[in-house]
Parts: sequence; structure tokens; C-alpha cells
Amino acid sequence: MAEKLACTVGGRRLFRDLDLVVKAGDLVEIRGSNGSGKSTLLRCLAGLLEPQAGRVERRVDMDYLGHKLGVSARMTPLENVRWLVGLRGEKAAAAALDAALSRLGVGAARHDLCGTLSAGQQRRAALARLLVCQTELWLLDEPLTALDDAGSTLVRELVADHRADGGAVVCATHRALSSPAGGSASSSLPATRIVTLGP
Amino acid sequence: MSILLTQFRRDLLVAMRNRSDAASPLVFFALAVLLLGLGTGADALGESAPGTVWILALFANVLAMESVFRRDGEDGTLEQMLIHARPLFVAVLGKLAAHWVLSSLPVVLLSPLAAYLLHGSLVGIEVLALSLLLGTPTLTLIGAIGAALTVGTGQGGLLLSILVMPFYVPVLIFGASASTAAAGGETAFALLWLAALLAASATAAPFAVGKALAIGQDY
Repeated sequence: MAEKLACTVGGRRLFRDLDLVVKAGDLVEIRGSNGSGKSTLLRCLAGLLEPQAGRVERRVDMDYLGHKLGVSARMTPLENVRWLVGLRGEKAAAAALDAALSRLGVGAARHDLCGTLSAGQQRRAALARLLVCQTELWLLDEPLTALDDAGSTLVRELVADHRADGGAVVCATHRALSSPAGGSASSSLPATRIVTLGP
Repeated sequence: MSILLTQFRRDLLVAMRNRSDAASPLVFFALAVLLLGLGTGADALGESAPGTVWILALFANVLAMESVFRRDGEDGTLEQMLIHARPLFVAVLGKLAAHWVLSSLPVVLLSPLAAYLLHGSLVGIEVLALSLLLGTPTLTLIGAIGAALTVGTGQGGLLLSILVMPFYVPVLIFGASASTAAAGGETAFALLWLAALLAASATAAPFAVGKALAIGQDY
């Protein structure tokens, strides 16, 4: 939940008096032209950035995937995911990590250094942590960047599954993230909400 | 504890895959000692050898400090650490422990040899190593606060040295005086001070670094 948020970056006011309440099962898409403050808003929601006014109240655990993927080039996808799970003080079975990486399509590359993988594969490795960490709220900044068509479909599926499990997603994107209409999973979910930033 | 070990192992792993980065403080230290030994005569150095070793160890530490958060800041793993590590200060402690093992422990181990090359007296050479063992972790802990504050600015180097140098001075004074006095006798006082500084900084610095990293994200 966010209340009366305002952010200024480099003297430019990006948004103010912005209210946003996100509940379980919600998908909120943040739209807006380049430079309208989508990433800034997400960083505020993630707690990485202090808003100039207003406050952000989070009652659940969250995961954030930004422009910087948070994947070390000198570690393999498996090591990257395992490190993050360890930092959370959790123990994940090797099978669960392998399953998450396989679902994202980097199962075969899980022992290759991320620095040798393509941009799309690195993003897939980063997305795998969403499955492993299992936080309620996902904050995704342009999650479809560098992904092929199959990858984009996969992300839409992941988002739909996550919402069906009672999770929520806030996402900055230029391409719609909700599942294609008529999907069995999407019928019971609340409608996608769109927040448009900028003039 | 498992969080500390997770971060510690992860940083060692990343460093081992990038050996040239990891070895640079040690190479700097070794080269500086060699050149000083060659360029200055035994008469001039002799007595000041322990102090010289301490100053070089301090510079090696500052040089290494600049890179402690840089790569993680660039690839976004620093953000992930801030978001996921619970509690954050434990992960920070693990990270700094790994950084000390990589950047300062080799210098501590090489210090007796360095003092010998600088024509220092062999009496009290173990006190020099002990004072470095107690002093360099304090340098790393204090320096990390400065490194955390400057990581967002993208220009560590000079700014960082100016920022942390004043806080390095007490450690240098106690360290150098312990090792210089070693030849004469009374060293316990300075060593105890070094231990006290280490205890204080190990307690406070991880929290300060965590806070500074969070502030450093605001750009």
C-alpha cells in the first residue's frame, strides 16, 4: 500500500499525490512514456528509494527485479539463486532450484557462468529467483526486456500462476502482462489495473 | 550464522573467479616493499621499518576498499542483498570478512618478510604481525562505511581516501607504536587499544554500512 507518494529526481517532479493499494491477486501495470518515473515508482515501492513525501507500507515480503538483474556474471545461474535463498536464511532443496531454473528454460545452462550467457538467458536466470523465493509481492521493472516470444509467454504464465496462488504483481511495462483472454486461470482473477504516469 | 557464511563463501567464490582483482592489494604491497627496500639504504630505513610496513598495509587496504561494493553495485546484486538479507548486518559482516581475508590477510602474513626486506630488526617482528592482525580488520570495517556511502556516486577513489583517512589515523598510531616499541619492551598497551578499536568497530560498523548502503541507493 502506498499513500500520497511524491518523487523528485534531479529536480524534476515525476509524480505526486500518488495513491496505490495492492491486494492479493492483483496485477498493477505501470504505464508511461520513457522518463515518466515508472522505475522510480517501483524503487520507491521496493524501499530502495526514499520518497520525498508520503509513505510506503508493506505488510508482506517482496521481491524486486530491476534493470540491473542482480545476477553476478561470475557465478552460474544455480549459484546465483542459491546465494539469494541462503541470504534469506532459507534452505532450498537442490531439486527445487533445478526445477525453477528448468521452468525458466535455463536448466541446461545452470552450471555455466552467467557472464557467458545471453541477455535473455541472464534475465531468465534472474526470474528464476521469483519462483524460488516465493514472496507474496513481485515488483517487476520491464520484465519482458530481452526475452523472446516464448519467454514473454512464460512470464505471463508465471504472473498468472502467482496471482492464482494469492500473490500480487506490480509491473512497469510497455507490453500488457495479463494472460491472453480466455485462459482458465485468468477468469477468476481481478482485472488488471493500469496506472499511467506522466503528463 | 548461515547467512554470514552464505555471503562469505559467495564473495570468495566470485573473487577466485577474478583473481587479478583479488590479488591487486597484495601485488601493490609487495612491489612497494621491494622498491622501498631497493631505493633506500639500510641506515635510513632500519628503525622505521615497522612503521613503514604499517603505512603500506594501510594504503593496500584503502586501495582494495574502493572495489568492495563496486561490482555488486553495477550488476544489481547489492540491491538484492539489501532486499533479501535478513538481517542485513549479518550479510554485511560476511561480505567484509571475505574482503578482509582476500585483501589484508595476505599482507598480514607477509609482514614479517616485508619488515626483514626493509632492514628492520627481527626482534618484535611477531608483534608487528599481531598488531596488523588486530588493526587491519578495523581498517576494513571503517573503510567499508566510506565505500558504502560512495558506491552510488560512481567515483570512489580519491573521495573515499579523504573520507576515511582521518578515522584510519588512530589505528595507524597504535599499530605503529606497538610494533616500534616491540624492540624496546612495552607493547601491551597499544595492542590492547587495537583490540578495543576492533571490538568497537566490529560491533557498530556492520549496522552503519547497511544504513550507508541503503542511503547510497538514493541517486
